[in-house]
Amino acid sequence: MAIETEQSLHRPAHLFGLAASFDSPEATVAAARRIFSAGYRHAEGYSPYAVEGLAEALGFHRTGIGLLVFMGGVFGGLGGYFMLWYANVISYPWNIGGKQPDSWPAFIPITFEMTVLGAALLALFGMLILNGLPRPYHPMFRAPTFELASQTRFFLCIEVADPMFDLNTTRQFLESLGPLAVMEVPW
Amino acid sequence: MTPLRETRPPVIRKGTTAQGVTEQISDIVLRRPVGLPYLFAVAMVLILVMALSYTVMYLIWKGVGIWGVNIPVAWGFAIVNFVWWIGIGHAGTFISAMLLLMRQDWRTSINRFAEAMTLFAVACAGMFPLLHLGRPWVFYWLFPYPNVMKLWPQFRSPLVWDVFAVGTYFTVSLIFWYVGTIPDWATLRDRADNSVKWFVCGMLSLGWRGAARHWKRYQTAYLLLGGLAAPLVISVHSVVGMDFAAALVPGWHTTIFPPYFVAGAIFSGFAMVLTLAIPLRAIYGLDNLVTIRHIDNCGKLMLITGSIVAYGYCSELFMGWYGGSPFDWYMDWNRMSGPYLWSWWTIVFCNVLTPQMLWFRQVRQHVPTMFLISIVVQIGMWTERFVIVVTSLHRDFMPSAWGLYEPTIFDWSTLLGTMGFFLLCFFLFVRLVPMISMSEVRELVHTTGGGEHEPVDFSPKYGD
Repeated sequence: MAIETEQSLHRPAHLFGLAASFDSPEATVAAARRIFSAGYRHAEGYSPYAVEGLAEALGFHRTGIGLLVFMGGVFGGLGGYFMLWYANVISYPWNIGGKQPDSWPAFIPITFEMTVLGAALLALFGMLILNGLPRPYHPMFRAPTFELASQTRFFLCIEVADPMFDLNTTRQFLESLGPLAVMEVPW
Repeated sequence: MTPLRETRPPVIRKGTTAQGVTEQISDIVLRRPVGLPYLFAVAMVLILVMALSYTVMYLIWKGVGIWGVNIPVAWGFAIVNFVWWIGIGHAGTFISAMLLLMRQDWRTSINRFAEAMTLFAVACAGMFPLLHLGRPWVFYWLFPYPNVMKLWPQFRSPLVWDVFAVGTYFTVSLIFWYVGTIPDWATLRDRADNSVKWFVCGMLSLGWRGAARHWKRYQTAYLLLGGLAAPLVISVHSVVGMDFAAALVPGWHTTIFPPYFVAGAIFSGFAMVLTLAIPLRAIYGLDNLVTIRHIDNCGKLMLITGSIVAYGYCSELFMGWYGGSPFDWYMDWNRMSGPYLWSWWTIVFCNVLTPQMLWFRQVRQHVPTMFLISIVVQIGMWTERFVIVVTSLHRDFMPSAWGLYEPTIFDWSTLLGTMGFFLLCFFLFVRLVPMISMSEVRELVHTTGGGEHEPVDFSPKYGD
């Protein structure tokens, strides 16, 4: 691919990107690898089910979900234990059977439940927020035949935002990947 | 493939395609007309729901005295039903979480409706402790909230642990279930034939577009939710077991309760999965996705958990004798030969003897028999909770404090009413939510190469 300057690339403002459709996950992953090795970084795959290795082929490795869930668990657990401790030691100490106010074994079940609750809530909301959902509208929905992306068909889209995007060379490149079709995705 | 493997029924039938599954499942929600039999069934369960509403209103008006509860049996049907329903609610999350972590591919076509079953069963379970409070309208006193009385819940009590355990279980199960449905709502949105369906499904899908990065985060979150929900399944019924074990009543005060309760819960939960799955696959023609393999595997799990339950019964008997306490030993004797002996012998028949049939593959793979066994097991597990609650309480220590418990018509109408409520929720679920996870089945279709062939020794039944 010829080295071109930013100005000479043809990047129409009315387009979101160029998409190519495929009918098998293997072909999609292979094409995604070639897109990434060609240097495109603003590319995304769309599939009707989770395809092993597709995100990795596009250069996406770390989700960040694990850390969030861990933090949610730690926060929930510590918060839960603090509530129990505060209630029984500071706010309303009450002698039951001569046990010390901070009788920690009795606090374990609720601490456990709060740990799980905190982690699960962050798993849900962390996933949604990092994914930018809910987002009812997205330009990809206007790509032709994109309704099949939730049923049987696979798509790869190179976005205009990519520094290497050029309407003609990118289209030729996508067509060289052996897709079912290459289509323009309007904004 | 080895010959041994070929004798196992397939997880999904040969010839299943991603397109076929998508149409089959989404058309039940989007296109299938509502028939008269369906409306009739809904009307029938609405009668039960109405009975429940009347009972609850009368209960609030009059008080828990309308039930048969009294001293010494102050727990009665309300707690029997609570433990029974929450037990049923265990299989759904067990299937979703444990089987997900163990990479069992047969979970895929039954997890959605098993999780729905869990949510509805926990909702039914939750009604009972609230109604049993006596003053249900101040139920929020159970929560730690800032209040002018400057009081806290008694955090050392297993009954308060229950509030947290059941509340967390319901919340996490709901999250898990909803996260699982998100990609399927997107499918329904894209297949919608009018703008109302398109809008509603689009909103429920949160704008899911199946992006590769989204899938990656989604799968990580889903797997972690599975990892979180798995210990939760164990913890909920353990805490319910501790409600009993923390008391000093003979027949309750025993350390085997938490594990024995968990096993019993999964036992009855799988029975409910079969009770629902067998009619569903027949009515909606899902036998290509919910195959004999699923029924067979549920049977195996019922055999395992049923054996743990039987071990629990043996342990109770043994400890009653070995512990040397005359009260404990009398409790065992009273269960077998006292006024409620019918209940003890019912559980022996339903939960110990009947599951022994599941050792045989011919039984596990015979659909009508499995349906029957699943009903018997549920009756048995309900009776087990009756034995635990009623026969333990009605004769504890002092013979002068002994008494008998007799359920009233309102006890029965609350029990039947919650069954109606459960079925109503389930009937609505079947028509409004894709009842099998389409995205996961598509993946399964791909990894199995379009399903497996029927085994040779099944050809007489399914070949033609």
